[in-house]
Amino acid sequence: MDHASRLERILRGIAIAAMVLFFMFPIFWILLMSFQTNETILRNPPSMAFAPTLSNYAALLTGRLDTAAGTLDIDFMQNLKNSVILSVFSVAVALLLGVPAAYAFARHKFRGSEDIAFTLLSFRFAPPLLVVLPLALYFQDIGLADTYIGLIWVYQLICLPLILWIVRGYFEDISPDVEYAYRIAGHSWFATFRRIALPLAGPGIAAAGLLAFIFAWNNFVFALVLGSADKQPVTVGALAFVTASGIQYGQIAAAVVLSIAPTLALAIYAQRYLVEGLSLGAVKG
Amino acid sequence: MNEPLLVLERVDKVYDPDSAHPVRAVQGLDMRVHAGEIVALLGSSGCGKTSTLRMIAGFEEVTAGSIRLKGREIHRLAPARRGVAMAFEGYSLYPPLTVRENIAFALKSARLKREEVDRRVREIAHLLEIEDILERYPSSISGGQQQRASLGRALIRHADLHLLDEPMGQLEPQLRALLRGRIKHHVKERGLTAILVTHDQTEANALADRIAVMEGGVLQQFATPAALKEAPANLFTGTFIGEPPMNVFAAEARGGSGRLRLRLDHGSELDYPEDAFEAGVRARMLECRRIVLGVRPHAVSVAAEGHAGPLRARVTANQWLGDQTHIAAEFAGGLLVAVEHHRAAVRPGETIGIAFAADDLHVFDAESGAALSHGGRAA
Ligand SMILES: Nc1ncnc2c1ncn2[C@@H]1O[C@H](COP(=O)(O)OP(=O)(O)OP(=O)(O)O)[C@@H](O)[C@H]1O
Ligand SMILES: [Mg+2]
Repeated sequence: MDHASRLERILRGIAIAAMVLFFMFPIFWILLMSFQTNETILRNPPSMAFAPTLSNYAALLTGRLDTAAGTLDIDFMQNLKNSVILSVFSVAVALLLGVPAAYAFARHKFRGSEDIAFTLLSFRFAPPLLVVLPLALYFQDIGLADTYIGLIWVYQLICLPLILWIVRGYFEDISPDVEYAYRIAGHSWFATFRRIALPLAGPGIAAAGLLAFIFAWNNFVFALVLGSADKQPVTVGALAFVTASGIQYGQIAAAVVLSIAPTLALAIYAQRYLVEGLSLGAVKG
Repeated sequence: MNEPLLVLERVDKVYDPDSAHPVRAVQGLDMRVHAGEIVALLGSSGCGKTSTLRMIAGFEEVTAGSIRLKGREIHRLAPARRGVAMAFEGYSLYPPLTVRENIAFALKSARLKREEVDRRVREIAHLLEIEDILERYPSSISGGQQQRASLGRALIRHADLHLLDEPMGQLEPQLRALLRGRIKHHVKERGLTAILVTHDQTEANALADRIAVMEGGVLQQFATPAALKEAPANLFTGTFIGEPPMNVFAAEARGGSGRLRLRLDHGSELDYPEDAFEAGVRARMLECRRIVLGVRPHAVSVAAEGHAGPLRARVTANQWLGDQTHIAAEFAGGLLVAVEHHRAAVRPGETIGIAFAADDLHVFDAESGAALSHGGRAA
């Protein structure tokens, strides 16, 4: 397995520690900020010595923000709920549509199938505003503006191509003969898809779903343009802390901590599942 | 009229037909297989054997032609509705299931009772010597074990037709010989019909009632093992079937004064009485200017110089295999192989006399490769 020398191992350890520090530092700093008041945050030079306070979290949970200029009503919990609704349903719809489509693209090559798949992917290349501004007008007309359904629909631009392309790769990695072996024993096409292809691509579907969830969760522009305050997710909601009397760093930090918590938890949970799925053994025949 | 169980009619398979390099994997395949028969598909790698099986099973569409099974057109049906079982060249076991479950899932759709399924899995595992790995997963067993598991999954069913694609390629000769006997018994006892792809002629001879020889996507000959050896339809089958391969020499025929003289390209001449060949055969040989003579190694008589015949060859190797001698000798500008069933005393460097009896001579048209005669009788 590992025949590295002692020195090599030490150097490798240092390198990994440096990387972890580099990537974890912002998160660590945000976490610290979320327990401080604006005054201690803006101190110069910055210091790690402060009396921790839960006031930021309290403000978020109660929805009342006391600033120098007076009290401000914010609806952060509503934003959090919106984030959950939008992300969960977007991913669910994208999985429902994308997984069968990915299977079709992987198994049935027909003239133009590659082009269609690529067109779907190319939605991801376009700047979101390009799509969103005209859509905003249409949505006004057909009454989809500022509805969950309208937003979930637009979120498919983020989720669907991602799921389609990742899951297609996993389906392509499954030897078609494994499916044929099942079909020839008298099972229908659909039973084969459900009982053979889906379980084998399970880890890939989970990974794609997780990624899509994170992308949907982090989306900003679509909801900013197409939703009003009561439909907006946390990413947009955090803007409320940029108030007339200054930026509320403490509350923003607390909001960020609360908003990355679900994705982080999901990632940790799914990681264990992914490793499990992948170690089931080679899929190729 | 009683139609054969399986009828392939002018079946073509072209891969990537619209591309710059379409692959014509199977061309104009006509084949009839009767119920209860075991047929072996034999041919060099890439000749279209797997493609043929996959079209019958329904994993590849036929480009042209039709396939009928039990009088029913099946080439447009879904694989599930064709009543065919198959063992795959690449095994294709389902990784999340154990060997037992893999074998049993072939029976799921038959809605059998649990005990019945268990009984049949045990029976087939016993047959294939895989009882001790039934609870293991495909990723943790050897290639040969995977192959037998995959074969078990095909044999456990009582399908109208069993397609076995190189089912024993990974096994050692002893086990192969053992399983060969058992599989044949299993298939014959239940009156099953099977098409088997193999690269092993011994296996084809032992298992199959008839052998189909393919080359370049074209069926060359479809006959019993004995007929393939005794009367190869063309030069390809002649040289492909038989171990060691048939010796072949380009030649020209000349007649006159009651003799038929066959002049080999490198000088030697074979001289036979005219009536060793049927009149029609003689006429054809004289008419085709160029012919190819074929003699099986077992049919070459070897003797000390001056005895066996007027032909001379220089021995380059002599190998005693314990039950037969393989002699290689320079002859007519090429290498001649002779097999003797005793321990021949000739040494490398010696000159020997050789002879071919007219009865053992296969004659082919050099241009088309088609057989003209076998042992003097018209092909
Ligand atoms: N999916 C495919 N696409 C394109 N060409 C193919 C495909 N499958 C097979 N071929 C080609 O068709 C020809 C016949 O292939 P096939 O697999 O039937 O050969 P085979 O007789 O089974 O060979 P082997 O003994 O090596 O298994 C080959 O030239 C092969 O390259
Ligand atoms: Mg093959």
